[in-house]
Amino acid sequence: MLIKQLSIFLENKSGRLNEVSQILGSNGINMSAFSVADTSEFGILRLIVSDPELACKVLRENQFSVSLTDVVCLNCPNEPGALAKTLEILSDNKVSIAYLYAYSMGDSANVVLKPDQMEQCIKVLQANKVDLVKASELYKI
Amino acid sequence: MIWNEKIECASREDMEAIQSERLCETVKRIYHNVPAYRKKMQEVGLTAYDIHGISDLHKLPFTIKTDLRDNYPYGLFTVPMSEIVRLHASSGTTGKPIVVGYTRKDIQMWAEVVSRSLTMAGVHRNDIVQIAYGYGLFTGGLGLHYGTENLGASVIPISGGNTHKQIQLMEDFGSSVLCCTPSYALNIAEVMREMKVDMKKLKLRVGVFGAEPWSEAMRKDIETKLGIKAIDIYGLSEIVGPGVSCECEHQCGMHINEDHFLPEIINPETLEPMAPGEIGELVFTTITKEGIPLIRYRTRDLTRLIYDKCACGRTLVRMEKCKGRSDDMLIIRGVNVFPSQVESVLLSISEVEPHYLIIVDREGTLDKMSLMVEVQEQFFSDEIKKLEDLRMKIARRLDSVLGISVNVKLVEPKTIERTAGKAKRVIDNRKI
Repeated sequence: MLIKQLSIFLENKSGRLNEVSQILGSNGINMSAFSVADTSEFGILRLIVSDPELACKVLRENQFSVSLTDVVCLNCPNEPGALAKTLEILSDNKVSIAYLYAYSMGDSANVVLKPDQMEQCIKVLQANKVDLVKASELYKI
Repeated sequence: MIWNEKIECASREDMEAIQSERLCETVKRIYHNVPAYRKKMQEVGLTAYDIHGISDLHKLPFTIKTDLRDNYPYGLFTVPMSEIVRLHASSGTTGKPIVVGYTRKDIQMWAEVVSRSLTMAGVHRNDIVQIAYGYGLFTGGLGLHYGTENLGASVIPISGGNTHKQIQLMEDFGSSVLCCTPSYALNIAEVMREMKVDMKKLKLRVGVFGAEPWSEAMRKDIETKLGIKAIDIYGLSEIVGPGVSCECEHQCGMHINEDHFLPEIINPETLEPMAPGEIGELVFTTITKEGIPLIRYRTRDLTRLIYDKCACGRTLVRMEKCKGRSDDMLIIRGVNVFPSQVESVLLSISEVEPHYLIIVDREGTLDKMSLMVEVQEQFFSDEIKKLEDLRMKIARRLDSVLGISVNVKLVEPKTIERTAGKAKRVIDNRKI
């Protein structure tokens, strides 16, 4: 159930994001999802890619600060109130979310999230029959 | 007016006789009372009885800042603590500060040299002196304070900061003299302009500025903006604090109170004494201090000495405005900062590698210090909050060690330039 997400430290200067995507592209690594969190001085790029280990290696070779972070990805219907239902399950069970990002794909949507307590999060989501996306499936998208 | 005409206008022969006698006394005291000094002298084959006057000064070993740190806190004190009435401290080259102790007589001597300095600046007993140097461990505030009281002028001990209040008291109390760092004087001038203060209503006449390097251009700027005469005062805590030397109204070099602080200029590379008039590193031997006398203390300030008689009538030797440093010390808002201090802070934080770059800028009139630290693999967190926490932690530690606020910037690994030789740790963008 655990997804290996790539996190990359970026200074706020032009061309850095472009560089990351070029390095990944030239190594045949595809991106299935990403988000950028930024402050006034720096940003963190979070990526789900086809081959996280390889991506990590090639980026490190290019002097980037990279880490692999465990996240979960759930799939919910692309309709009003669907996300709220899932979030309610988490908050009822005292699971907090550090961050999340999502993208819709027609009828359904994928939500990548980083909870404060991973085990508890997976347990309650499974108990409530929330559809969790397998890593192998997500990397292929 | 001259505060102590007998000394300040003494002939060179008389001055050298005073200096020789006091040097011999000082050497005897430190030789017999301070094991660290005795050991250093014995290492070069000297005893207290080999020093007969200032012509023997060059035989004595140098004292450097590290000696103060190695004997921290009281190892170089010449008297028991029961004789010490005050302690001051300034930054050392690493985490630990350096401590200086004053006997009652030292405090009186300090007040005397500051009274002389203020008189040189044209201050007299009818003046109202606003002391906007920091009071506390820093020698600036209390040094000027005691000297001003000793002179008989009225002190406003307002200390640094709170610029609006500074200006309000200046207007209400009729301050005629301002003592602070030159950059703070400019800051006050700017706030005055914003507040549309009517400069004609101010009584301000003289500024006594020091604790940081400043140029002739900056002097003109301050003099125009505040409508005052801006006088440069020099000192360092190790020697006594402000009042080691000061300009007179002719503003042509700072008269050294050389009956207390014996100056020399050496070549910082070869450590050999330099010919009169040549630029080199300023070295002081304190020849009256009781608490912590220092023998041939290397100030690291680069300047030259001028022995000609001054138009003011004083014969006290003059030193030019310092032309730089022979080490990497920075002076930021009057605070001494060594890159090695920054390094020791970074080393104390396990998540950080000590790859850093200090950038100093002057924004408007105030110095700003930024520190770029590389985000290494091992402390890179995926969460912004944790990175921000780390940034704050570094900033807080720096603040507590350096005593100034630092803007910490996290940067990508390997972005700080590596050089083959000595790493470049400082970019100083200030035009001083």
